[in-house]
Amino acid sequence: MNVEQELGALAETPPPTVTAGILLGTGLADGYRIFDSPVGAVAVAFNPAGVSAVDLVDDDLEERFAERFGRRLLPARPPRGWETKIGRAIERGTPGDLPVDLRSVTAFQRMVLEATARIPRGQVRPYGWLARMVGAPGAARAVGSTMARNPVPLIIPCHRVVRSDGRIGAYSLGGPGRKRVLLRHEGADPDLLETWAAKGVRYVGSDTTGIFCFPTCRHARRIGDRHRVEFRTDRAAMEAGYRPCEVCRPR
Amino acid sequence: MDELCRRLARDVDAAFPDLVSHLEGRLYTGLRRLHGDAAEDLTQETFIRAYRALRTYDPERIRSLRLDGWVWTIALNLGRNHARDRARRPIPAPLDDRHGVTDPEPADVAAWDRRLRRLPAPQRTAVVLRHIAGLTYPEIAAATGRPEGTVKADVHRGLARLRRIIEEET
Repeated sequence: MNVEQELGALAETPPPTVTAGILLGTGLADGYRIFDSPVGAVAVAFNPAGVSAVDLVDDDLEERFAERFGRRLLPARPPRGWETKIGRAIERGTPGDLPVDLRSVTAFQRMVLEATARIPRGQVRPYGWLARMVGAPGAARAVGSTMARNPVPLIIPCHRVVRSDGRIGAYSLGGPGRKRVLLRHEGADPDLLETWAAKGVRYVGSDTTGIFCFPTCRHARRIGDRHRVEFRTDRAAMEAGYRPCEVCRPR
Repeated sequence: MDELCRRLARDVDAAFPDLVSHLEGRLYTGLRRLHGDAAEDLTQETFIRAYRALRTYDPERIRSLRLDGWVWTIALNLGRNHARDRARRPIPAPLDDRHGVTDPEPADVAAWDRRLRRLPAPQRTAVVLRHIAGLTYPEIAAATGRPEGTVKADVHRGLARLRRIIEEET
């Protein structure tokens, strides 16, 4: 027996989990796991920097991810503690203390998405409001395309952002039908939103406080029918002597 | 290997998966002999450390690397100091039962493990690095931090001892 040759011929293949672990640990691949959501099963992708994507579960999932993010996507267990945080972030529609990896978007888009994450559950805001919140009042269109590029829908609640005329508008995670499902799940009535939009009602005020709000603001919802005044524009509200709500900041 | 170094120097992210597929089999096989079931974790951790290091090296330094010896230096350091913190990284989901660590070694592999275990640790390491990992003596000296003459002697004594062990078996 030739000892050197026999030793040289020993060859074991590491289990595929080792290779996967290397790609995940270096950040050359993201892991993903399937989670339940109000719109059905979704894939949530993550890497050491945070949650990087939320997408529909289908045969093209991994390919779509590689195309968009330039990294591979592999089934994996999230880092310790993240599983609960991800489930909670989806249910609440905001990241909370879950880290989100927004390296895939521009600095402007990141600001827009961070402002989106602060829209309260069950409420909606128009594109123009987000543009104003990030200090770019003319950029409603760029805000709209940022929503379309939101890598983490559900967790950053772009379903709470509507067209400037109040209509519900498009939704990246499977179309406007899902946006309506999500809003209804949070207690916002999509049919009522569309009715207001059709009537041109974009703000409501209270004649007792003299304050006007977006219609879904929690303060607007407390106004009784007798005291409720509807406005088509913020200018009309101001001219009628109303001042903007400091919570929903309609102006 | 030189070609791989050049590609790593150009674009670490693009070439790194090739470095992994090129070296992981031999690294894993060698680490199995030295550290048993911990070889999986060690193989993984070694490549992750290697990647992080490469990200900080300038292209000139990467081009001049002797990849085998360099990766093994990382692996031996990790093997010595085995404390790990894996909690903060994604961990791949088990695919199914096929690849559990409980898989028995094939008979010939198990036989070699039994023989290698009877060598003193420095000889075992030197023999594994020379004849399983395929490192040169200078590379082994660098990876183990021992003089070249010493590791050469360790390899020769280790092989001689293995031959005696095999003779005893027959």
